[in-house]
Amino acid sequence: MATENLTFPKQTQKAPSGFMEAIRNLAEVIFASPTAIVGLTVVLIWVFIAVFAPVITRYDPLSQDYMLIDKGPSSLHILGTDDLGRDVWSRVAYGARTILMLGPLSVLVAFICGIALGLPAGYYQGWMDEVVMRILDSFMAFPTILLYMIIISAVGASSINVVIAIAIGGAPGIARLVRALTMDIRTREYVSAAKLRGDPDILVMLREILPNCRGPLIVDFLLRIGYAAFYIGTLGFLGLGLPPPTPDWGGMVQEGHSHMTSNVWPVLCATLAIVTLVIGLNMFADGLREESMRYQ
Amino acid sequence: MIEMPILSVKNLAVSYKTRKREIDAVRDVSFDIYRGENLGLVGESGCGKSTAAYAIVNFLGPNGRVRRGEILFKGEQLRGRSEAELRKLRGADISMVYQEPLSALNPSMRIQDQLAETLITHRNYKKADAFAESLEALKKVYMPDPEGVMRRYPHQISGGQQQRVLIAMAMLNNPSLLIMDEPTTALDVTVEAAVLDLIAELQERYHTATLYISHNLSVVARVSDKVAVMYAGEIVELAPARTIFHNPMHPYTMGLMRCLPDVDAPKGTRTLHPIPGRVPSPANLPNGCIFAPRCEQANNQCSIDHPALIEIEPGHQVRCLRRSKDWKEVQRLWAAAESAPREPEMAQLQLADETVLDVQDAKVYYPVPYKTVGGLVGLEKRQYVHASDDVSFAIKRGRTLGIVGESGCGKSTIAKALVGLEPLFGGKLEFLNVDISKPLSKRHINTIRELQMVFQDPNGVLNPSYTIGEQIAFSLRRFQTVPRNQVRAEVERLLNAVKLDESYYNRLPRQLSGGEKQRVGIARAISTNPAMVVCDEPASALDVSVQAAVLNLLLEIQKTRNTTMILISHDLSSVRFFSDDVAVMYLGRIVEVGPCETIYRPPNHPYTTALLAAVPRPDPDAEPSKIRLGGRVPSAINPPSGCRFNTRCPFKIGEICEQQEPPRRDLGQGHLIYCHLSPEELSKPQIS
Repeated sequence: MATENLTFPKQTQKAPSGFMEAIRNLAEVIFASPTAIVGLTVVLIWVFIAVFAPVITRYDPLSQDYMLIDKGPSSLHILGTDDLGRDVWSRVAYGARTILMLGPLSVLVAFICGIALGLPAGYYQGWMDEVVMRILDSFMAFPTILLYMIIISAVGASSINVVIAIAIGGAPGIARLVRALTMDIRTREYVSAAKLRGDPDILVMLREILPNCRGPLIVDFLLRIGYAAFYIGTLGFLGLGLPPPTPDWGGMVQEGHSHMTSNVWPVLCATLAIVTLVIGLNMFADGLREESMRYQ
Repeated sequence: MIEMPILSVKNLAVSYKTRKREIDAVRDVSFDIYRGENLGLVGESGCGKSTAAYAIVNFLGPNGRVRRGEILFKGEQLRGRSEAELRKLRGADISMVYQEPLSALNPSMRIQDQLAETLITHRNYKKADAFAESLEALKKVYMPDPEGVMRRYPHQISGGQQQRVLIAMAMLNNPSLLIMDEPTTALDVTVEAAVLDLIAELQERYHTATLYISHNLSVVARVSDKVAVMYAGEIVELAPARTIFHNPMHPYTMGLMRCLPDVDAPKGTRTLHPIPGRVPSPANLPNGCIFAPRCEQANNQCSIDHPALIEIEPGHQVRCLRRSKDWKEVQRLWAAAESAPREPEMAQLQLADETVLDVQDAKVYYPVPYKTVGGLVGLEKRQYVHASDDVSFAIKRGRTLGIVGESGCGKSTIAKALVGLEPLFGGKLEFLNVDISKPLSKRHINTIRELQMVFQDPNGVLNPSYTIGEQIAFSLRRFQTVPRNQVRAEVERLLNAVKLDESYYNRLPRQLSGGEKQRVGIARAISTNPAMVVCDEPASALDVSVQAAVLNLLLEIQKTRNTTMILISHDLSSVRFFSDDVAVMYLGRIVEVGPCETIYRPPNHPYTTALLAAVPRPDPDAEPSKIRLGGRVPSAINPPSGCRFNTRCPFKIGEICEQQEPPRRDLGQGHLIYCHLSPEELSKPQIS
């Protein structure tokens, strides 16, 4: 047997480690897409505002100044004050903190639930799949906002409960996505190979299947943070969000909309904040998805 | 007067935009096709064959463009034409036949509407006339029951018939140029043979100029008059077919010939000579001759100067710096090495007469989903797909059993049942005297470790999320083959055993070529040092040059470790190269089983005869066999009664075939044939 025929030419460059290369690939994808760059910039601006809120604002978001109620922008209050004399800019900046903590947290909880339900349903199929999916379908039958209202009115309005409501509302959709991905990946031969070394099912699911769902899941995660920000705002507007006086964009719209004719600034700023953050996240997610599919 | 070529391509260069830069996928390609001529464009995948062909009709997709060169069709420049003009040309004067017939046909339109559409669009036919002409076209391609096929939807006809429809569609407008892109690659070998017959015949009758793209040299030998061999985006040799096959001049062409297993050569009489290395990516071409890094005859000059395509004799162009008379010498040396009597190394080293695996009446059935609500409560009779039915065979230690048959004959199913990935419906499996008729989760871990599998799809075989080393290590840790602190060393040893160096430990699967991935799959399978390895089409998704390397590797592993193997394959040539025993399956049943040599010579089961007749030979002078299978494999839900092959058998005797199970005929040496015909009748020349 001609062994020398079989040797492959050695590659000179050193193989880069998996993690650093993944980061570099991600950066490459982001920088190739203008949409993703714009989206990411908008999101990063909000992250910056949230992180440095105490530094970049002059007033406490809760402190009230009865001498300055419903005033427009001035040199002291760059975005004016609201009906209780609180600084609108401070409330927007601290509101970003709220939403950028609760948004990702609630989506994370939703993902944990969704994966826990969707992964076994897609892997085992059969009656288990039927039962899980029919229960989730019944959740999905409710209009989202109605579902949130039912949950919040049942458990009361608090930041924890907003997280729970959004997690319950989002889990069925995520479970469906994970299930669909699992049903595709479980037929791959490396899954058979894992079974052929006697790996227990849970290990096959977590080690072989879940990591390979990550592409679509990351995009979905980003999109859902956008939706979550939107729904947290809506709940705040309906008075079911964070209890006052917590700075909350939805709550600001709710408090301000009754005297919008005299002072439009609190409503306008909060609305713009929600809109830019949601659009930024959506553009980032869309850009990522398009760019990662382009050259395949 | 000199005849003008139908198509003349000059110095064509095609490039694709990628995220980083624009890459030339095809460079400096020139060829002419005259009327009545069939030019075969061959090469491994990634050599730019399809790109070159698609450039002619500007089907390059959004990121590809023709960068340089001329495309003259009947003397007129095609390059730079508007999309509207090209659209008029395509389908009317230039037609294409694609690889995947089912995806080239619109699934929601009847065949007649799809055929008629071509005539209505390009020639303003009335509907009734278009239908009439379409029917004629189907008759021209020998479509059985053409009237019936006209009214059917694409999924209701077989793959071979779909490809016939596509060819009929391509011929409808009497095109001057026909481009065929791997038209038989997706088909079974028996169907392929019939479609090739058709292509060759149409060629003779209508004299259409044809560009025939294929990776398969044997197929090109059957249909082409002229052959252009492409390598990494360049034509390296262009010559009449006979010259290419009998007197190749470029080392790449010679290399391709040398790595083809020969269906007519018994095991052990030939070795395969794979071409080392892999096709370079067009983004990363070597200096000098692009083939030099893989060329065994290359010298220093080859890696400096880029050779031009030079005509060494009329009609024979070669792109090689060393195209001189010393090639004759090299060829003579190779030929001498081939014909030298080989030492009987393959004669079994230690053939203990121990049965490793004993399969008795194994049945694998898949339940068909209920069609009515009544089924859920037990009112409907459960139906099953009889994927494998009463399959019995035994394998002795150190031997290789090849299982062959068309797709859908149940060969992969039985392989999966053996390793436990599919539950057994009935029958018994005994492995090393342990009953393994139960599913994988109930098998003892020591049984699992002794019975491993090599998978088919190189892209699916490795988990894209983990490095090569980790994936092999998973297996070593699970079975505790070596102590924990020696896992890494053992992985590296295994990588070496499959001819990969240690640097592969940290690579991710997508950084590897198909052949390298398949090697890692093999390393993983042998990591537990199993007594038996089931190989499910281990090389069929790979290029020929890599295929040979993988087959050689498996053979070497078998020899050094005395591993028992099962090779599932549709390719009778590689089975002959690899196996000691062969089982031929049809529709879930074994129709013939025996030592390899008895299978490849008469007497045979009629199905085996048809399979052997269908294998294309890499020789333009080979006389194509007259035995062809018609029809399609019947449904395995209600398999035909009696002999399952009776619906397609060319030598059917009569009612007995439909009513009675064929008797088992023992021809000695373990050679069994299941047929109503007696061995004497099967030996008759018109059958064999």
